[in-house]
Amino acid sequence: MFKKDINFIGNRNIALMFSAVLTIFSIVAIAVHGFQMGIDFTGGTLIEVGYQKPADLTVLRNTLDAEGFSDATVQNFGTTKDVLIRLKPQEGVSSVELSSKVLEAINKNAAEPASVRRVEFVGPQVGDDLAEDGFLALLYSTICILIYIAWRFEWKFSVGAIIATLHDVIVTLGLFSILGLEFDLTVLAAVLALIGYSLNDTIVVYDRIRENFRALRNKSTEEIMNISVNVTLSRTIMTSLTVLLVLVSLFFLGGEVIHNFAIVLLFGVFFGTYSSIFIASPVALLLGLSPEDLMIPVKEGAELDNRP
Amino acid sequence: MQNHFPLWKNLLVLIIFAVGIIYALPNLYGDDPSVQVSSTHPTKLVQEQANQIETVIKTAGFNIKAFEFKDGHILARFNSADDQLKVADLLRDKMSDDYNIALNLAPTTPAWLRSLGADAMYLGLDLRGGVHFLLEVDMDAAVKQAEDRYNDDVRLALRNEKLRYQSVSKDDGFIKVKLNSADDKPALLKVLGKDFRALEVTEPKEQDQVWLKLSEKEVRDIKKFAVAQNMTTLRNRVNELGVAEPVIQQQGENRIMVQLPGVQDTNRAKEILGTTATLEYRLVDVEHDVQKAVEGHVPVGSRLYTERNGNPILLDRRVIVTGDQIVDSSSGVDQDGRPSVNISLNGVGAAKMGKLTQANIGKPMAVVFIEYKVETKLVNGQKVRHKQKVEKVINVATIQGVFSHRFQTTGLDSPQEARNLSLLLRAGALAAPVDIVEERTVGPSLGQDNIDKGMLSFMVGFALVVLFMAVYYRLFGMIANFALAFNVVIVVAILSMLQATLTLPGIAGIILTVGMSVDANVLIFERIKEELKNGNTPQSAIFIGYEKAFATILDSHFTNLVVAVVLFAYGTGSVKGFAVTLIIGILSSMFTAITGTRMVINWIYGNRRVEKLSI
Repeated sequence: MFKKDINFIGNRNIALMFSAVLTIFSIVAIAVHGFQMGIDFTGGTLIEVGYQKPADLTVLRNTLDAEGFSDATVQNFGTTKDVLIRLKPQEGVSSVELSSKVLEAINKNAAEPASVRRVEFVGPQVGDDLAEDGFLALLYSTICILIYIAWRFEWKFSVGAIIATLHDVIVTLGLFSILGLEFDLTVLAAVLALIGYSLNDTIVVYDRIRENFRALRNKSTEEIMNISVNVTLSRTIMTSLTVLLVLVSLFFLGGEVIHNFAIVLLFGVFFGTYSSIFIASPVALLLGLSPEDLMIPVKEGAELDNRP
Repeated sequence: MQNHFPLWKNLLVLIIFAVGIIYALPNLYGDDPSVQVSSTHPTKLVQEQANQIETVIKTAGFNIKAFEFKDGHILARFNSADDQLKVADLLRDKMSDDYNIALNLAPTTPAWLRSLGADAMYLGLDLRGGVHFLLEVDMDAAVKQAEDRYNDDVRLALRNEKLRYQSVSKDDGFIKVKLNSADDKPALLKVLGKDFRALEVTEPKEQDQVWLKLSEKEVRDIKKFAVAQNMTTLRNRVNELGVAEPVIQQQGENRIMVQLPGVQDTNRAKEILGTTATLEYRLVDVEHDVQKAVEGHVPVGSRLYTERNGNPILLDRRVIVTGDQIVDSSSGVDQDGRPSVNISLNGVGAAKMGKLTQANIGKPMAVVFIEYKVETKLVNGQKVRHKQKVEKVINVATIQGVFSHRFQTTGLDSPQEARNLSLLLRAGALAAPVDIVEERTVGPSLGQDNIDKGMLSFMVGFALVVLFMAVYYRLFGMIANFALAFNVVIVVAILSMLQATLTLPGIAGIILTVGMSVDANVLIFERIKEELKNGNTPQSAIFIGYEKAFATILDSHFTNLVVAVVLFAYGTGSVKGFAVTLIIGILSSMFTAITGTRMVINWIYGNRRVEKLSI
C-alpha cells in the first residue's frame, strides 16, 4: 500500500526547517494569544442551564446586567437551547451563594424557568493547586520518559524523542490557542495522553533503528534510519488511522464536554505521526547518533566470522 | 509444532475470557429508580413500619415495581424516575423525621451474579448527577480554639493550686501568665510540667511571668484531630441528609471531599454541611436591670443577649448544658402545634440539668441558638474569611418541674428550622469551621446525556475500527477484532471489580484504548507481512512476527503506561477516571492483542501445512 523507499532522512533539512518554523510560530501564538483558561485553573463560577426553546442570549445578558452581574459571560453551549454562564471570582460577594443568586435572577422574569444542567464553582486557591498539579504532571512525565528511554536505548534517542514530543505538544497547543478554545482539566488530560501516544509512535521507529543497527552492519547510519522509517511506515499510518477514527467519533458524537479533548488529540495524533516519521530520527542523527552507541559488546572472535 | 499453545495456555486465556464476561455482565442490566428508607436513629426499622410505608405509597396510587425490606432498610423500586421523585416527596411529607428518605439507583443485577460479587461499574457524578464539594477546614480557627481552651485550663489550674496571679491572657501568640509574686514561679512550673506537657514554656526576663506556647507537635495533632473530627461530623450529617452511597474523603492536609450522588437541592446540602449550629441552656438573670445593662453596665456574672423579637435580655454567664451533651434529638410539634425539638441529654448533662431545675423551679430559663456562619469574600484579590457568630435567644420558659434526660425546646420559626436544628444536634458540631472551596453539580438530565453520548461515540468508534481492520487485514483483522472486543470486556470487568469511578473522560479513555489497542496487532501483522516478503514460510512468518514485535510492543506500551500513571498520580476527579481506564486498557490490550490473537491464529493455522495467510 505504501511505497517503501522514500528518502525521509536525506531530505531531513526540509522537515526540520518546517517544524522549527511551525514551533516558533506556535510559541509566538501562545505568547501573544495565551490560553482561554477555564475555571478549573482561574477559579470562578460556571452555570449551564437548559431550556425547552432556543434561548434568547441578549435578554439573558440584559437581565444579568440589570441584576448586577455585569461581568457574566453568556453563550450557547452545543445547542441553542443550552446556555453557559460564566462568572469571575467576585469581590465582596460570597462565592458559594453566587450560583443560586444568578439562577434566581434569570428565572425572575423568564417565561420558562431554566433547568440546571450543571454548576461548577472553583475557589481561587483550588484553581492554583490544579494548575500546579497539571504543570507537575507534565514535568514528571517528561523526566520519567527521558530516564526510561535513556535506559532502554541511549541518551540521544531520549533527547530526540522528547524534542519530537514537545514539538507535537507545542504545535498542538499553538493551534489550540489560535482557535481560542477553552483550556480545562480535560484538555490537560488530553495533552498528557498525547504525550503518551506520540512517544509510543516514536519508540516503534527507534526500536527498529536499534534492531537494524545490529543487523545491517555495512550500511551508514543515515541509510539504516531511512530503511527503518520506511519499513515501519505502514504501521505508523495504520495505527494513526485507527486512533483518528475513534477520535472523529468522539469529536462528533461525544458531546460538548469532550469536544476540546477530542480536538487536542486529533491535532496531536496528526502531528505525532508526522514527527515520528520526519523529526524524531533526524534529531537523533543531528545529535551524532551512530551504530556504535547501541552495539552489544561483541564476543571475541565473532567479528572475524563476518569478514569476507 | 511452531505455532501451538500448550493446553494450559489455551485454558488460561479462555478462563480469563469467561471471568471477564461474568464480571462485565452486571453492566448490561440497568438501574431502577428507587427510594430508600432507613431510620434516623440507631434502631432499625421493623416489618410493621415497612408495611405502613408500603400502604402509604400504594394508597397514593403509585405502582411499586418491587418492595424490599432487608437489614432494617426499605428499598422501593419504581418504573420511572418521575414516580421515584414524587414518592420521595410524598414520604418526606407524610412520615416524621424518624425516617431517612433517600433517592437511589438500585442495580437490577440478578442474584446469582451478585452472589459472585459482580457489580456494575461505579458511575461518577458527571454520569449519574449529584453534587461534589471540596471543603477546606479552617486550621487557624482550630488552633485558636485550642489556645483559648488552654488559656482557660491554665487559669483553672492556677486557681486549684491556689497560686495567685494578676492575669492569664493571650498575647503575641503566647499565653502569658503574670503571677502576683515571683516566688510562686517554681510551683507554677511544676504544675505546667505535670499537666501541660503540650505547652512549651518560655521564661522572659520579667521574673513574675511565664509565657506558654503550643508545641509544634501539639499544633500538628490539633490539626489532624480537627480534620478527623470534621469528617466524622460530616459523615453523620450526610447520613442525615438521606443520600445513598455518599463519598467522604480527606484530600491533602486540610481538605475534605464530599460527593453526594443524586442530590439536587444543593442549597440545603450546603446549609447542612457548612453550618455550625448548637444550643446552649442558661438561666435568666432576673436580679439585675436589663435597661442598665443596655446602657453599658452589664453585671459581672451575666451577659447581654437579644431575643428574637429584638428585646434585650440578661442571662447567667454560666452555661447549664451545651450542644455536645446532647445525644439524640428529633423534631416535632408541641401540644399547641408549634414546631419543637425533642432533646435527650447524656448522663453528665442530665445530672446537671436535674440539679439545676430542682433548685430553680419557678425561675425562667433561656435557650440560646448559636450559629457560626462563614463567608469567604474576595477583597482586592485576597481571600478574606469572614466568620460571624450569630447568637439568639430562641425561647424563654419558666421551669415548671424537675427534668433531666429528656425535654422539649420550642420557639423555632418553622418546622424546617426545627428539622435542621435537630439534624445538626444529632450529627454533632464541627471541630473547626469549614469553607466550601469547590463545588460541582451535575443535573440528572446532563448525566444521562453524557452516558448516551459516551455510549454512542464508543459504538461508532468501535464499529469504524472493526470495519477498517477487517477490510485491511482480512482474516487476521477479524482475529484482531475479536481481541479488541475481548479487551473491552476485560477493561469493563476490571473497572467493575475495582469499583473504580467511571467518568465521562473515563469513557473517552476506553474509546481511546479501542483505537490504540489495535496498535499491537498492527505491529505484529506488519511484521508477519515483512517476514513473508523476506521469503519465510507462513508458519515461521507468524512465529518470527510475534517474536520480533513483542519487544517493540513492550517498549512502546511501557512509555504510554508511564504517562498514564503520572496522570493518575496528579489528576483529580474525572481526570483520574481517564487515567484509570487508560492504564487498565494499556495493560489488558497487551494481553488480548498478543496472547489472545495468538491463540486463535494457532487454532486456525497451527499444526498444518499452510500455503497462504489471509493477511
